[in-house]
Parts: sequence; C-alpha cells; structure tokens
Amino acid sequence: MTRIDAKFAELNAAGKKAFVTYVMAGDPDYDTSLEVVKGLPGAGVDIIELGLPFTDPMADGPTIQLAGQRALDGGMTLERTLQLAADFRKTDDTTPIVLMGYYNPIYNRGVDTFLADAKAAGIDGLIVVDLPPEEDEELCIPAQKAGLNFIRLATPTTDDARLPKVLQNTSGFVYYVSITGITGAAEAEAGDVGPEVARIKAATDLPIIVGFGINTPEKAEKIASVADGAVVGSAIVSQIASGKSTEEVLAFVKSLADGAHRG
Amino acid sequence: MADDLFNSFMNGPDEQGRFGIFGGRFVSETLMPLILSLEEEYNRAKDDPSFWAEMRDLWTHYVGRPSPLYHAERLSAELGGAKIYMKRDELNHTGAHKVNNVLGQILLARRMGKTRIIAETGAGQHGVATATVCAKFGLKCVVYMGAHDVKRQAPNVFRMRLLGAEVIPVTSGRGTLKDAMNDALRDWVTNVRDTFYCIGTAAGPHPYPAMVRDFQSVIGKEVRWQLAEQEGEGRLPDTVIAAIGGGSNAIGLFHPFLDDPSVKIIGVEAGGKGVDDRIQHCASLTGGRPGVLHGNRTYLLQDEDGQIQEGYSISAGLDYPGIGPEHSWLHDTGRAEYVSITDKEALEAFQVSCRTEGIIPALEPSHALAHVMKIAPDLPSDHIIVMNMCGRGDKDVYTVAKHLGFDMSDTEEGRTFEE
Ligand SMILES: Cc1ncc(COP(=O)(O)O)c(C=O)c1O
Repeated sequence: MTRIDAKFAELNAAGKKAFVTYVMAGDPDYDTSLEVVKGLPGAGVDIIELGLPFTDPMADGPTIQLAGQRALDGGMTLERTLQLAADFRKTDDTTPIVLMGYYNPIYNRGVDTFLADAKAAGIDGLIVVDLPPEEDEELCIPAQKAGLNFIRLATPTTDDARLPKVLQNTSGFVYYVSITGITGAAEAEAGDVGPEVARIKAATDLPIIVGFGINTPEKAEKIASVADGAVVGSAIVSQIASGKSTEEVLAFVKSLADGAHRG
Repeated sequence: MADDLFNSFMNGPDEQGRFGIFGGRFVSETLMPLILSLEEEYNRAKDDPSFWAEMRDLWTHYVGRPSPLYHAERLSAELGGAKIYMKRDELNHTGAHKVNNVLGQILLARRMGKTRIIAETGAGQHGVATATVCAKFGLKCVVYMGAHDVKRQAPNVFRMRLLGAEVIPVTSGRGTLKDAMNDALRDWVTNVRDTFYCIGTAAGPHPYPAMVRDFQSVIGKEVRWQLAEQEGEGRLPDTVIAAIGGGSNAIGLFHPFLDDPSVKIIGVEAGGKGVDDRIQHCASLTGGRPGVLHGNRTYLLQDEDGQIQEGYSISAGLDYPGIGPEHSWLHDTGRAEYVSITDKEALEAFQVSCRTEGIIPALEPSHALAHVMKIAPDLPSDHIIVMNMCGRGDKDVYTVAKHLGFDMSDTEEGRTFEE
C-alpha cells in the first residue's frame, strides 16, 4: 500500500473528494518552491504533483513551459527535484508525491538508478506524459516492481476499445485529461466530463481524478462532484509566476481546495 | 560485415516501430490513437496500387520526377579522383526533396478525410512544400517556424504566405526548429479531429520515420536505374553521400542500397563551428547520446541532466538536435558512417559547386558536397560517388553573402523580412 492508496482510503472513509495540485519543482527557485510545496498540505492539498522540469514539454501550455524554463535557468535538475521531495519528506511523511514530467531526464539518468533514488526521496508515483501503454516496458513495469505507482492519463481520444490497454498497468489513480489540448488551455465542462468519468469508472476500481482547464474554486467543485477529485496546475503556477508571496499563493490554493472538497 | 547481417537492413522497423533500440512511440495518450490510425491508414495505402499510381502521376507532372542523375564532370576533374554524380533533387518543384514526402502525406491526409494540415519547418523548405501541396488540393495549411528562422529564411516565409499558408513564428523555448516541432505537436493534441500533422523529416513517432523514408526512397530507387542506364547494367555506386538534418533526404538515398554491401554509405551532419564540448554544432551522432524526444528514441544533443540542447549550424535546415531513428540504428550497427562538416567547409563547397558546375546548392547539400571534396581526390577514377543535391540555394544567397562579406543590405531584395 503506497501513500497514494492510503490517502484514497482515508478520503473515502471521510466521504471526501481529492484535491490535487501541480507545481513545478524549483520554480521560481529552489527555496521558494520548497516553501510552497511544504505549505500545500496545510492549504488542503491531498496529493502533490511535483513537476520535473524539461526543456521540451510538448504537452504543456505556455504557463508550465515558462515555469520549467525558470526552474532550469535557476539550475534545477532531476537530482535537485528529488532532493526537494526528500526535503519535503523531512516534515511530512503522509502526503503523497507524484512526480510528473517527461521521459528523457529519467532515461538519461538510467531507469533503475532513477527508481531507487525516487523511492529513497519519498516519491510515491509517476506520471510520465510521453510514455503511453505501448512503451510500458520502458518505465511503467519497472516502476511498479519498485513499488511506485504508475499513473496513466486517459483522454477524450481514448475510446472504449483502447481503454482496457490504458488501464491495464495503471495503479494509484487514473488521471482523466478533460480536454484535447495542452495544460492551461481550454476549459473543461462538468457536463462533458461526467459521462466520461462514468465510462472509465465502469472499467476500473481505481479513483478517477480530472484535470486540465480547472482554474477557479467553482470549477474545482463542479468537476470534483462528478469525479473522485480534481487537479489544478496552471492556475497555481500563474500565481507563482506573477510574483505573489507564498502566503498569497497558498491562500489561493486553499480556496481551490475548499471548492474541490465541497464537490 | 557478414552477409547474413545484410539480409535484415531493409526490414525495419519492427511492430513497435523500433529500429533496434531506436524509434518507438513516445507520445502522450491523446496522440496515441491518432498515430495508430495513421499507421493503419498508411499500411492500407502502401499496399494499394491506386495510391502509388496517384503518387507517380503527381511526381511526374507536378514535381518533375525523375530528377536527373548528373555526372559532375568539371567538379570530378578539379578534384582529380572519383567520378562524381549529383542526384538533382534541387530541380524538383519547390526546390528541394521535401515535396516527395509532402505529396505522400497529403494524399494520405485526403484519404483520412483531414482538412487542416500542420507542419513544422526550419529552413522553410518543408513549409513551402507543404503550403504548395495544400494550395494544390485546397487544404488549410498552418506552418510553425522558429522566430529565429523566420528572420533568416525570409524569402521562404513570404513564399508560404503567397501560397496561402498561415505561418506562425514560434517563440516558445528558444524559438528554433525543435520548438516549432513542439508547437506543432501541441496544435495536434488540441485539434485531433480535423488535423493531419505533416512531419518534414524521417523522425517523430512511428510510423513517421518509416513512412517518410518510404516516400523519400524514390530518390535512391531512381539512382539505381539511372546509374545502370549511364554506367551499364548492374553498376552500383561505390559511395552514396547525403547531408543530414533529421535525415529524410539521406535515408531516401540510402535505403534502397542498404542491402548492397559494396555500397559505402556516408551521412554528413552539420559540424557548425566544430564538434567539441561547447555545443556549436548539430552533429547528433558524432556529439550526442541516445535519448527520447519528439516521439522517438534516437541520438540527441543533451546535457548531463537529459535537457535538450540547441544545435547550431549556418544551415537552418540542419540545426535539429536529433536525427531520424533509422540513422541512429545504421550508425550503431556500422552499416553507415556518419561524419561532420563545418560551416566553413560547407561555404567553400557551396562556391565550388557554383563555379565548377553552374549549380547554386542549398547550404544543406553543400555539407554533403564538402565531404565529397574531402574524399574524392584519394579515390580512383572508376570509383563512383553519388551525392544528393537535395536543394537549391536561392533561399541561402543572403546568408552566404553575409558570410562572404558581400553587403546586400542596401538593395531592395536584401532587406530582411520582419513582422
Ligand atoms: C535542402 C534541404 N536539405 C536538407 C534538409 C535537412 O532535412 P533532411 O535531413 O530531413 O533531409 C533540409 C531541411 O530543411 C533542406 O531544406
């Protein structure tokens, strides 16, 4: 049982939806980023997605692209991203951390070394955008063996015929990408999302968390009400980008968390 | 190399889209169903004689194929060694080999009922070819081009606009070819229903590397029969040489010869200011290591953290930090040899071609020619080299003028095209 499984068991028992946030590790710098991440659980965040910076984030919109660039310009690396997770773990041993990014930095490090280091740093799961089920041998299967959850994205283009393949080696939860598009782009409509979540639910017992295009407490509430939880990324990253203080950023996160938890 | 090994060189990729460890399908889930349906459609088209009949008709009447195989007599004499042939793909409609592939992909897009075509472009040649074929078929065309390249390839930007394409200058990342490819992929993820992504080189997720290779292989296939016609039945080239950006003109020339062990195969990467630790080049094979980018595993320019580095070359068509996966495999298996040529050497070759043959080459094939100039003098006169003259130099005359210290800034034409 990973921290992710434990967290969902706890939320289930309390009848609560999950609120998940994405922030880029090292944005705008290591210390500020660590401070924000440390403050997330207190602001109501149930699961932290920690962005691993990459030069070529092909599924991300401008907001997260720029966050990655700021982090890289500040000297962020895979090693320091894992260090940030380890520093967080010194004061929080229960909030799950999902590392989210692209495959090349991981492949470059060597999958086995990476998995050992990630585990030691207190990472619980991985979302690697450019590893579809067709490439499961690369990282998904080794990660599961190493005791890390491999969380897959399901999208509006994942039809019924393909869905079992996407769910096959997924663990922890399923991340439903509510739009065809990049992060921070179009808005998701709860009316469209509900039936899609139901379709996926019929094929798996895993929790379904919905993300992309959620940027207000109201939307977080609506989406969470038709799923097992909601993810907010770009809207929070924008706050960091605009130079808001950590307190202001966390106050915004709290408002989103309250929205999602009403859902 | 053992004969039995040769049997396998033309069979790639496997079911997973792999050439050895290279290639694959490293894309987001949103795109995965799209590339699977593209693969299915391509496999159907490949076995459909009517598809190839349509291609052949367009190649003949629209592109002007076959392109000539030309014995560069004065160049051969000046170098005093090997007998040099140029495969004249610079004479194609739109001025480069790019159109061979674009026609194939657009015919596929039509079969799939797609109405909106997107493309990335570096030098602008692939963008121009795509805009051209879209105009011919009345399809909407959107071309992503790095903001930096928009400036240095101004004539091609204007051409694309004349042809009715929308050119989007890309400022994300560092505003270069790889960023243009990222933005094209982002467009595709957003517009999944009506859009076809027409990739300009033999890279990207499977089936692109194989599909683009198949469309470009018309180059090597023509060379086979043309050389036999000029040199006698069964005569094969001794060496084939081509420049490599992503590797599409090169694989098009090489592929039909992979199983002929007597044919030496040489790919020429852009050495920029020289291949050393500071990345001032885009020689992915000579100066990179395997990694994953833009949907495939291949040799990449990257730092120790696995972050992708920018390539540099005088030639906008070569400065891509990766290379098609089949080349990575041909490199690792030793079937092909890969070398690099500096900006300076390419500029020299550019001028030699103008002066000895009356052919103004693009800067990309000037790299291939520069390597020909290095090796030809030491080879016997019955050694036949075929180099791919894959593009003409009209687009590059401003760049070359600048490097040669010829000031064109006062002239009307010399003005750079800026937004
Ligand atoms: C004339 C010419 N040659 C070569 C290239 C490099 O591409 P590839 O390696 O795919 O042939 C380009 C790309 O723009 C080009 O315009």
